[in-house]
Amino acid sequence: MSVLLETQGLTKRFGGLTAVNGVSLTVRRGEVLGLLGPNGSGKTTLMNLISGALKSSEGALLINGKDMTGAPPHRIAKSGVARTFQLVKILPSLTLEENVMVPAAFGPDRLWGRALKAQVAECLDMVGLHARAGQQASELTYIDQKRLELARALASAPKLLLLDEWLAGLNPTELHEGIRLIRELEQTGITIIMVEHIMDAVRALCPRCAVMNSGTLIADGPTDQVLSDPHVVAAYLGEEDA
Amino acid sequence: MRYLLAVLALAALATLPMVFGDYGTGMLVGLAGYVTLATSWAMFSGPTRYISLATVAFFGVGAYTVAVLNEVLPYPLVLLAAAGIGATMALLVGLSTLRLAGIYFVIFSFGLAELVRQLITWFEVNVTGTLGRYIFLDLEAKHIFWQLLALGAATLALSAWIRRSRLGLALRVIGDDETVAAHSGINLARTKLVLFVASATIITLVGAIQAPRWVYVEPSIVFNPTVSFLTVIMALLGGATRLWGPLCGAVPLFLLFEWLSARFPDHFSILLGLMFMAVVYALPDGVLAALEKFRSKGNGNSATKPAKEANA
Repeated sequence: MSVLLETQGLTKRFGGLTAVNGVSLTVRRGEVLGLLGPNGSGKTTLMNLISGALKSSEGALLINGKDMTGAPPHRIAKSGVARTFQLVKILPSLTLEENVMVPAAFGPDRLWGRALKAQVAECLDMVGLHARAGQQASELTYIDQKRLELARALASAPKLLLLDEWLAGLNPTELHEGIRLIRELEQTGITIIMVEHIMDAVRALCPRCAVMNSGTLIADGPTDQVLSDPHVVAAYLGEEDA
Repeated sequence: MRYLLAVLALAALATLPMVFGDYGTGMLVGLAGYVTLATSWAMFSGPTRYISLATVAFFGVGAYTVAVLNEVLPYPLVLLAAAGIGATMALLVGLSTLRLAGIYFVIFSFGLAELVRQLITWFEVNVTGTLGRYIFLDLEAKHIFWQLLALGAATLALSAWIRRSRLGLALRVIGDDETVAAHSGINLARTKLVLFVASATIITLVGAIQAPRWVYVEPSIVFNPTVSFLTVIMALLGGATRLWGPLCGAVPLFLLFEWLSARFPDHFSILLGLMFMAVVYALPDGVLAALEKFRSKGNGNSATKPAKEANA
């Protein structure tokens, strides 16, 4: 398996606060990586650095072998990276169909016309929203907004999908459904990095996990091993004698 | 068929000066001017929701270009020069300001008109030593009307084309959420800049084409901020996100303002302000959207039912 994403000593400072501190991570094509860590440990900041929403203060970002350090988000999107947001972001004044159309039309393949329509239909179908393609996105419930966001992320046929707590806030039935959806995705060979707090989902979906604490990477390896690592346990639950 | 209708409609409009006489043709010039201004303003500001009060900055530059060059260059070249100057100015302004968000852009755009006016005044007083210029062009009102008619039709055609193109989709996404737009592969800066330049170039041309109507031109005449405000209120009244919205707002408001400024010349600004507030509060999405909503209510919710069934 070839390397799809590589970060070399990626660092992000906000004034005096170092949110991400020298993170070096390698993700191979087809891998599904769970990114864990307590609140405020820098997971979302790392996702923002990878998607180009933030520019790193130090370090390098390589996507598909190309140096993307400091590239704006639209260039990173064009190189095959798609994401969802921790706080769901839909385009409320557009229809579902138009929402999904956007990354397909402006992403790596720049689809238009019939090819675009077909791609949009396929993605909406995948998340079960095809029957409502013409509806306004603002009318959707929370779970359906999450579905729509996933369909939109998939529309650009990304090589790397970044899911930022995509499963958060779902009830047990919806969670079950969400896990099934992501597992279906995994089978298509897509590479996924997912920030997730729900351990059942992490165990079910991610063969590999990386754990962050106060901006640094404290563990990276097979999920079972990582979750029983004493440093990881300490980061989540505090030191034993504390 | 639709093209044929459009051509017939244009031809019919072009004969209006023969019907209305001199006074009427003067009104037609103003009307065609504002329809074009509002439509080109909405081309950029409608989808992006950047409320620009810089309309008169470009409009005035267009008029001033004609005033300066009308005795030096042949008329078509004067128009070309105006378009070039307007586009260059829009490019510079756009590069430096389109990063500004919301209210800051509004304030900057308003300041821009004043800045340009003061610069020209300073230049005329200190360098050329004259304030005020004459425009001697052999153009009658009907000639000006025909030019504006052609420019207005071209603006509508361009707007219609943009709406169906990738560019139009990009603009709507930017209007909804810039973060999503950027993460979908849309180059925010370039998209906004292209539209801003296109819109400003048309506005500059309107000023250039209308300039001969004044004969005598000075900065306080051509940089009148009322032009900017009228353009905004017309586009908003009709609906800035719709193709025909600005036109539907410009026609009634222009006639209303003509009447008001003749009847109540001293209270005109107050009435304009009140109208502005009425439009923003009562019809935030414009008349066309309000009509549509009203009609779908009248149909006994039949339009919303299928959607609800699909929900279940």
